[in-house]
Amino acid sequence: MKIILIFISAAVINNFVLTYFLGLCPFVGVSKRLSSAVSMGMAVTFVMTISACVTWLIYNLLLVPYHIEILEYVSFILVIASLVQLVEMFVRKISKPLYDALGIYLPLITTNCAILGLALFAVLRHYNFIESLVFGIGAGAGFTLALVIMAGIREELELANVPRYFKGAGITMIIAASLALAFMGFSGLISI
Amino acid sequence: MDLTALLVSMVSMGGLGALFSAGLSLANKRLQVVEDPRIREVTEALPGANCGACGYAGCAHYAEKLVSGEAELTACNVASSDAIEEIAGLLGIEPTITEPKVARIMCQGGLAEATRKAEYIGIQSCLAADLMVGGEKQCSYGCLGYGDCIDSCPFDALYLNDNGLPVVVEDRCTGCGKCVDACPRGVIELHPKSHRLFILCKNHDAPKEARRMCTKACIGCQICVRAVSDGQIIMDDNLAVIDYNLYGQEATLPTDRCPTDCLVVFENQAVMNEEVSPQ
Repeated sequence: MKIILIFISAAVINNFVLTYFLGLCPFVGVSKRLSSAVSMGMAVTFVMTISACVTWLIYNLLLVPYHIEILEYVSFILVIASLVQLVEMFVRKISKPLYDALGIYLPLITTNCAILGLALFAVLRHYNFIESLVFGIGAGAGFTLALVIMAGIREELELANVPRYFKGAGITMIIAASLALAFMGFSGLISI
Repeated sequence: MDLTALLVSMVSMGGLGALFSAGLSLANKRLQVVEDPRIREVTEALPGANCGACGYAGCAHYAEKLVSGEAELTACNVASSDAIEEIAGLLGIEPTITEPKVARIMCQGGLAEATRKAEYIGIQSCLAADLMVGGEKQCSYGCLGYGDCIDSCPFDALYLNDNGLPVVVEDRCTGCGKCVDACPRGVIELHPKSHRLFILCKNHDAPKEARRMCTKACIGCQICVRAVSDGQIIMDDNLAVIDYNLYGQEATLPTDRCPTDCLVVFENQAVMNEEVSPQ
């Protein structure tokens, strides 16, 4: 039961992008096209899930037994950076157009605070291995959800009559804020 | 921190790093993408300014498109003719050398010439001033003089003179067009270097108004139109416009007959470069 709650909490109620405002850079940068938003969401979900598992293993099997918890940031960044490199190689191999579409945002996952946040939250909340795994999948799903909603709206926006001074970044910020407000409606639904 | 902790930290972090790098190098072997070696060669031959004026994300992206044959060799304004020849050689195509373009400021209404309607105290940016009240000057077509074009130039090819007007340093200008995009009034135009005759005004107001606003405005008197044969200079809503296909590349023109001195011949580039800004 707790696992389901963790998933729902990470995906919707405590959505990383729209509630914690983490990982806004790709949220604004890669939400112009629905197709690239889905791919970016997949890439981030993969990195989040694997890094949640690996960081749990490192934290509990290496850092805690040797009392070097102080090194959690260093080791977590190491994990995330390596995984992103792997994803980048993989995306480049299987789909060059996707690689081009994601552009600079793909290597930027490395410095995406949502992923480091995920690893640190999992430690802070004392999740066990399975819970960390589900937390990673849930957070990735939430990130993808936010990105897809945003991309859907922005694709429609191209046909909308946006006032001249709101065009581009302005209207994007307004929509992001409205979405965040909407997601705030879920807050307090469950506490985990 | 005692020595053991230090040692443990070093070994554990070093071990993790070694583990991950081994994994990555293995993955790199497996997932290697074979790339056309010409892409790198072309990238190296390009100027590397990454100004984006070609319409691609940067020089590397442009090189990729060049090699795949999707981009024109003429798209890069910054590349010298030697570089273009080299790239054409790499790609095995004929080099197409086009005439280099240069930015021209199509306004002479500086602080001394243009009359002012108010004092503008605000963000010192042309865009902001234009949105607010249209700047200090009466003329709603001319240069605002806050230097957005200067800030936008990646090559330091513009500077503001004492009269509050931007000046193009031709030797540095690559014709990338960033200043053209930055100007909210559309005062800056790109012209081939061979264009020597210009009507340096954009004002479409009625003659009386134009004269009141600026001592160097085109007042639509049509003297220049009558002085040349048909169609070489035409009138467009109180503003004289040169048809460069017919005219304007010769220097023998009736510039002295323009009552407001806005018909100008750039004699030679040395004159324009006389007052090059100190870096």
